[in-house]
Amino acid sequence: MLDNIGFILGTTLMYATPLIFAALGGVISENSGVVNIGLEGMMTLGALMGATVGYFTGNPWLALLCAGLAGGFLALLHAIASVTFGADQIVSGIAINFLGPGIALFLSRLFFEGATMTKSINLENKIPRPLGGVFPQNSFFDLVLNQYATVYISFLLVFVIWYMLYKTKIGLRIRAVGEHPKAADTLGINIYKIRYFSVILSGIFAGFGGAAMSIAVVSNFRPTLISGQGFIALAAMIFGKWKPQGAMWACLLFGAAQGFVIFLGGTAIAISSQLLAMLPYIITLVILISFVGKSVGPAASGDPYEKGER
Amino acid sequence: MKNKKNSIKEMLGSGNFMITLVSIFLGILVGAIVLKIAGYSPLESYGVMLKGIFGKPKYILYTIIYATPLIMTGLSVAFAFKTGLFNIGAEGQFIIGALVATLVGYFVKLPMGIHVVVVFVAAITAAGLWGGIAGYLKAKFGVHEVIATIMLNWIALYLNNYVIMLEGFKRPNSEASYKIWDTATIGILEKWKYTAHGRVWLKVHPILQSIFKTPVNLGIICAIILAFVVWFILNRTTLGYELRSVGSNKYAAEYGGINVKKSMIVSMSIAGALAGAAGALQVMGVSKQVSILAAMEGYGFDGIAVALIGSNGAFGCVFSGLLFGALKYGGPKIQSAMGAPSEVVSIVMGTIVFFIAMPKFIRLLVSLVKRKEVK
Repeated sequence: MLDNIGFILGTTLMYATPLIFAALGGVISENSGVVNIGLEGMMTLGALMGATVGYFTGNPWLALLCAGLAGGFLALLHAIASVTFGADQIVSGIAINFLGPGIALFLSRLFFEGATMTKSINLENKIPRPLGGVFPQNSFFDLVLNQYATVYISFLLVFVIWYMLYKTKIGLRIRAVGEHPKAADTLGINIYKIRYFSVILSGIFAGFGGAAMSIAVVSNFRPTLISGQGFIALAAMIFGKWKPQGAMWACLLFGAAQGFVIFLGGTAIAISSQLLAMLPYIITLVILISFVGKSVGPAASGDPYEKGER
Repeated sequence: MKNKKNSIKEMLGSGNFMITLVSIFLGILVGAIVLKIAGYSPLESYGVMLKGIFGKPKYILYTIIYATPLIMTGLSVAFAFKTGLFNIGAEGQFIIGALVATLVGYFVKLPMGIHVVVVFVAAITAAGLWGGIAGYLKAKFGVHEVIATIMLNWIALYLNNYVIMLEGFKRPNSEASYKIWDTATIGILEKWKYTAHGRVWLKVHPILQSIFKTPVNLGIICAIILAFVVWFILNRTTLGYELRSVGSNKYAAEYGGINVKKSMIVSMSIAGALAGAAGALQVMGVSKQVSILAAMEGYGFDGIAVALIGSNGAFGCVFSGLLFGALKYGGPKIQSAMGAPSEVVSIVMGTIVFFIAMPKFIRLLVSLVKRKEVK
């Protein structure tokens, strides 16, 4: 029994991690007033880049870094369109969601002789498990805590981003720009700089999220690897009321649903895994209806800012 | 005088159509650059694609068959756009339409002719209700339709998988449902072309034979009729006027006595029905069944691109749907012919949408080009 709970908790953490990375990205971007619906595309490119660099160099940390950079590159495009050229942020995000998977599969075919699936990374070259071997194998603590380093990093980043947003000068500026850009502008804050910073950072995080799938949860990239996680992260962010810690809890809920699906898949319990998989989405809708619908996000989220415009 | 001429030129240059054309050009250009960097000849690649789209009558038909669902999901997104709503849920509405069409097409037995109508009406009603949920949540609870429809997409996907797995519907040893009855299909002369007489006749007429090798069906005609219906509703009816008013300024519309909440629900329902029609016709014309989905198929997301490239106009969607269908069908041919990654198509589409998102940039570009011309 205890082992089963341990297994479910462990899988929950593992599957929540990519979502937490991406949702944090969404939190940063939206707090600065830029909707980032392109998280999905950024995650996909990050996942491909992580798997590719990981395969060729054998260095998981370099792979994670490159995945972040790849996501950041797509985010830069999003920022150019939506910050500098006042584009409709949702449309620009949709474009990113075409470009991300497009570029990812294109590169995969180039690097892996026309295959859309990258070659697997050797087990010892995946992201390490820092607590591996500390606890007896398959004991409760081993199942729960013996996780890939990305899991710990993601939870650490939740704290870091919370601290940044609410306890530092830059965080205050990001929130000011997202809430009332005109007032922030009057006080001499460079709106464009803050938004570029936030959007690119959000892409880097989404890229990490992709890599957390491709070099930790599994060990390669394939076309369906990132299928919807970016959108789920977006929902988690809204679910969590645009706050890092809130988004984290929402991601854990989605991760738990995944954990249960995988657990039940290995048992004889006759609950449809399809219905179970549906559950988190229904819960999100119910929660949106009952609580979150009324509390709104950053006031200026979604509005392009034009200097001098009334 | 010269000034006036310039201003007219500028006015033409700042139109929506201009932005779309420049964006399409830039998209193709970026695709060429990407191919070049990857070491493939852009001219040869695009040549292969063009040949793969227009080379044979069969190819053109396939392009149309590929384009048909995209036109309709495009119409769905465009319709909601006009009311100021962003229908990301075309994906899920498509799934519901396809699923209900298959259910009614398999479990209900009706004579030829009536069956098709019943299947179609059932599917678009179900998908309309599905789309209406998002509209209702927005109107009643203020839930943003983008988030609601994203959730509904996944719920639809798992619902689809759940229903297919049910005993009596799942075809044994397959990942799909049973096929719909022939009375529920809309293929053109589908039965005849496999009869002895049909085979002999087609052998004598090689062009028609190549055409009838494709799942040629009535879908495209339905799509064009629906485009006309959308145009008519939006531009020639009171309902359309109200929906558009809500889209351009919902406060003014409310002040003018239009029921904004009702408009949102109606608009999302119609958008849902349109995407559902795409799913239904895809089943009735091409797939004849629904399969277990591991991931989203992308008809709805592609529809967003189609709507944007078509400037959210009904007939714009027909053309951009054909463009997208052509790229989707012709694109993979560069893979088989020269080993060039076919995903260049996604990059081209993404780039087009990307530039359409920022008309400001296009205007800047056009004015820069013009300034050079003057010098």
